Amino acid sequence: MSYTQTQTQAKSGYQAGVQDYRLTYYTPDYTPKDTDLLAAFRMTPQPGVPPEEAAAAVAAESSTGTWTTVWTDLLTDLDRYKGRCYHIEPVAGEDNQYFCFIAYPLDLFEEGSVTNMLTSLVGNVFGFKALRALRLEDLRIPVAYLKTFQGPPHGITVERDKLNKYGRPLLGCTIKPKLGLSAKNYGRAVYECLRGGLDFTKDDENINSQPFMRWRDRFLFVQEAIEKAQAETGEIKGHYLNVTAPTNEQMMERAEFAKEIGTPIIMHDFLTGGFTANTSLSKWCQANGVLLHIHRAMHAVIDRQKNHGIHFRVLAKCLRMSGGDHLHSGTVVGKLEGEKGITMGFVDLMRENYIEEDRSRGIFFTQDWASMPGVMPVASGGIHVWHMPALVEIFGDDSCLQFGGGTLGHPWGSAPGAAANRVALEACIQARNEGRNLMREGGDILREAGKWSPELAVALELWKEIKFEFEAMDTL
Amino acid sequence: MQTFPKIRRFETLSYLPPLSDEQIMRQVQYILDKGYIPGVEFSEESEPTQHYWTLWKLPLFNAKSTSDVLNEVRSCRSDYSNCFIRVVGFDNIKQCQVLSFIVHKPNQR
Repeated sequence: MSYTQTQTQAKSGYQAGVQDYRLTYYTPDYTPKDTDLLAAFRMTPQPGVPPEEAAAAVAAESSTGTWTTVWTDLLTDLDRYKGRCYHIEPVAGEDNQYFCFIAYPLDLFEEGSVTNMLTSLVGNVFGFKALRALRLEDLRIPVAYLKTFQGPPHGITVERDKLNKYGRPLLGCTIKPKLGLSAKNYGRAVYECLRGGLDFTKDDENINSQPFMRWRDRFLFVQEAIEKAQAETGEIKGHYLNVTAPTNEQMMERAEFAKEIGTPIIMHDFLTGGFTANTSLSKWCQANGVLLHIHRAMHAVIDRQKNHGIHFRVLAKCLRMSGGDHLHSGTVVGKLEGEKGITMGFVDLMRENYIEEDRSRGIFFTQDWASMPGVMPVASGGIHVWHMPALVEIFGDDSCLQFGGGTLGHPWGSAPGAAANRVALEACIQARNEGRNLMREGGDILREAGKWSPELAVALELWKEIKFEFEAMDTL
Repeated sequence: MQTFPKIRRFETLSYLPPLSDEQIMRQVQYILDKGYIPGVEFSEESEPTQHYWTLWKLPLFNAKSTSDVLNEVRSCRSDYSNCFIRVVGFDNIKQCQVLSFIVHKPNQR
């Protein structure tokens, strides 16, 4: 199939001047090709700008167009390169907001480059004057383009095999305080958490290499902690050593050292570090057998406003393409029902192979990942033992649950805190597999386990039981 | 306040009290209900970096009931009572192992 189904205006010679974008870039009769990259934008035009013109401007400015006609246009085949707005619909309940759907030909994008893709799609267009606000809601990445990306260095299945951990979520904890611990004290906290029953501990995102704890010292003390906990418990342990650094070269130096001392997993902040650095690191991780945990500092700057920016599901898709084995994705618990649907929508986009369009979950396009490995979602922040039943129910086995304060804040210390979480998790897994309903019976399941686990009993006493809205849960 | 004791563990469900045969059967029922293929494996050692334990016979492709699987666990226990034994589950759609839990430790009973 060619692009001739939308023949651009007959070429009658060069006519300088400003022309309405919609004449060239609004093509409601166009049927997108399987190889087109599709984008759904939430668009708020400036007052007085018709939606067709604004949507066409988005298509133009994110592909071939510029504000005025240029003679060099006539030396190219515009039909082969132009983005096309093929559908517009008003957003229900909003005044002057529209979803506009744009198809981009495959040739617009460099193979294997998230950086190039985003530079095109969310570049100049977001500052465009004819628009009051613009948000990229979703992308459909064509299989032809996906196949030019490595994706996650290992993926969920390989990670489980390497770690020898099956049939349950993984357990983690971010070491606190965020800043100020010496490398040796830090390693001690890691050891206590891991020996108590956690699978992983984590560097906080802003732990890089500061004066109080240089990266090399941290890596060595932490590695000793990992090895000691592993030898004592008989289970594989890890700590996300943060290799995020000022330059690519320093990042790679830290990654190389981590591998040299035999650590199983490292960590990177993909938004502050950037997609080019992340993709390089991800390829290195696959080539060197090191797992890659991805943190998402700065995401809320980009994804929090409903009418402007980029939705997190797009950032999550970009990370799966760029590569990472874990990605932080929110905790759901304690938030609103609708957010649960939307969060689980992008969790599916991270870890499943084929995801159907489902507008009620914010999924605008059916996405086929063509067997690209899945990314493990990480639920972290403000959770404790009483949340465990809901977390297991919502996230299922292929997830990593991180209890920071919920581990380190235990009255008896980190090892008992870790054990309390591990016992709570395993009691929930056992009960779920036996057919018990975690949402309804979660509290009983934890209290039963607390009868033989003093560590859990103390944790249950310290933190407050969560009450669930059973009926609301069932309606989704 | 108590110091958390140093105890050797064996991954999923090893932080619970040892499973009774009745509890093992309920976990096996989950494997069968999910359409996974159960199996039994054993090992003299439990080093975490040692990925392979020895397979007891073959994965139990023809297991129809929990007692089919439990009988194999019991036979394995009587032949290799000095070994660690775990029940595993394979998913031939996702093409990987999906489950594993410990059911016997050396000279446990």
